[in-house]
Amino acid sequence: MTLWTPDPTFYPSPRDAAQAPPEKLAYVAAFDRAAQRPDALAVIDTDPDSPGYGTVAGWTDLPNTGDELHHFGWNACSSALCPNAPHPHVERRYLVVPGLRSSRIHIYDTKDRVSPELVKVVEPETLAHRAGYSRPHTVHCGPEGLYVSALGGANGHDGPGGIAVLDHNTFEVTGQWELDRGPQYLAYDFWWHINHDVLVSSEWGTPSMIEDGIVGELLLGRKYGHKLHFWDLRKRTHVQEVDLGDQHQMPLELRPAHDPTRLYGFVGVAVSVEDLSASVWLWFHEDGGWQVRKVISIPAEPADAAGLPPLLQPFGAVPPLVTDIALSVDDQRLYVSCWGTGEIKQYDVSDPYRPVELGSLRIGGIVGEIPHPAEPVLPLRGGPQMVEVSRDGRRVYLTNSLYGAWDDQFYPDGVGAWMAKIDADAFAFDTRFFPHGEDFRGLRPHQVRLQGGDASSDSYCFP
Amino acid sequence: MTVTAVVLLGAFHGLNPAMGWLFAVARGLQERSRDRLLQSIPAIALGHLGSVALVALVVAVTGSLVTGAVLSIGGGVALVAFGLWRLLSTRHFRWVGMRLSLWQLAGWSFLMSSAHGAGLMLLPVLTGLHVEGGHAGHAMSGGLGVAALHTLAMFLVAGAVALIVYEIAGLSVLRRAWFNVDRMWAVALVAAGIITLLQA
Repeated sequence: MTLWTPDPTFYPSPRDAAQAPPEKLAYVAAFDRAAQRPDALAVIDTDPDSPGYGTVAGWTDLPNTGDELHHFGWNACSSALCPNAPHPHVERRYLVVPGLRSSRIHIYDTKDRVSPELVKVVEPETLAHRAGYSRPHTVHCGPEGLYVSALGGANGHDGPGGIAVLDHNTFEVTGQWELDRGPQYLAYDFWWHINHDVLVSSEWGTPSMIEDGIVGELLLGRKYGHKLHFWDLRKRTHVQEVDLGDQHQMPLELRPAHDPTRLYGFVGVAVSVEDLSASVWLWFHEDGGWQVRKVISIPAEPADAAGLPPLLQPFGAVPPLVTDIALSVDDQRLYVSCWGTGEIKQYDVSDPYRPVELGSLRIGGIVGEIPHPAEPVLPLRGGPQMVEVSRDGRRVYLTNSLYGAWDDQFYPDGVGAWMAKIDADAFAFDTRFFPHGEDFRGLRPHQVRLQGGDASSDSYCFP
Repeated sequence: MTVTAVVLLGAFHGLNPAMGWLFAVARGLQERSRDRLLQSIPAIALGHLGSVALVALVVAVTGSLVTGAVLSIGGGVALVAFGLWRLLSTRHFRWVGMRLSLWQLAGWSFLMSSAHGAGLMLLPVLTGLHVEGGHAGHAMSGGLGVAALHTLAMFLVAGAVALIVYEIAGLSVLRRAWFNVDRMWAVALVAAGIITLLQA
């Protein structure tokens, strides 16, 4: 378990990490919407020189059904090099894989094998009893162990959601992270500015607000999340909440600058109830407090109501639905998924206050059903959803499913299953890489994690 | 011989990235300020001195109450046990927080050194002061002298390494050169325990 020299996938700084070799495998969480058969970790070959490039190289079924895999993370990452509690001789080896619906947390070993092997399951009762949470979601490896955000409360409570801490050796739940949560109730994603002892969290909704689909009254009543929360990572206390305005529903994925000397980050907002637009906001620290500013706005696209799912027919428009964003490790490029309109946008964010759109690609979409260039006659449903960037910033991976119950509302004819890869420099789809349809054996692909780390897996203590 | 051992152990502790020079480099890089790096090293050394001096005091006080042989056997056994635990345990020092005042940094260094048993590694030297039949007062001042000399060596080495990494070598060197000192360290603790026992 302990090594003689640091795990080679740990890098002191984002600059060093950008020199990392290309990933040879991608791990993809895939789930069965019907909960009839087990969800799975699909392993995709991402080595262009391999004969199996772009195909499923490994597959591991989960032990149960109905987990609804969503996001997952590594047991250890570059933060192990941080000088305050260094432990660089541990291995990046285990995937920590929560079931968003079942509240089980699975630990999978990836070492010396293609298909991961199950080594431990943390049961929902344990998570509820020790941390008071359910519906575990985002996983980050950090200073006190593994931090796992959770959308729901437990023991009969719908909320508040928050963060549970797991021991990073034994994977036992050690407890609830928050000592003082202040006004925070809704939870979703979180990350940190590790050198400033700052944790940031975002808001989606509690289990009752999301698990049976998006609730129109709640959305139009502006009841889904619309705030960011800033915390003292050391004291585990709430410091400040920042409201984006309640028309901006669902600030989801948080992407702080990788450069640990910089205090800013981006968050994508799914939809504005005023005009169905989506947006990306910048948070930054100025004048002694946290502030936010909308830096990207993406308008809804008018459409004939006849071609729209019942949910959208009254509006006669397709919302872009920014459901995921990704920031390259060098903090220069931001990728924005528009899951509704079927578009992925690339921005130059070297000046984070003024993103400049560099390019856009269309694939899938509620109206367009645009095919992938590798199969130009195959209409695709779903849109670019989870987006992940390789450490060197040259490759971008997409999958098409958002969340079971919500897929069904926006893509009622079936969201399908596909994964795509974009060459970031040319900003074009790789026509050799298109796992889709039966490659995923009837499951829907969600988050992608790249072997050795990616742009949303590691934090760095050195600039 | 004793002086050499004390200085070499100090250098060994200074070289260990976990003992503080890496923290000093991070603090310097965060503010892009060599001054901040240079201010950090004395605070780290102060915490280290506190940890080592505490062990020296405990040994001196205990030594005034028991015979040299009992001291050596007790200390040696404790040291071997601690070393084996360090060798076999996968637990590591945990600390949350990167933004520390200089006093907090000294406190961090004290805890980090203590958790690693930095002072314990000097047990053979410290108990040796008693075994050689010294007066209790001499043992006390001798012990503190050992702690001071040890920390001076640690301070100089840690400061030099921090400056070289900050100014010239860069941190990429960590990826290859950060040998698993913890394991070596545990072996050194066990060895120090055995030497202490042999003195009895």
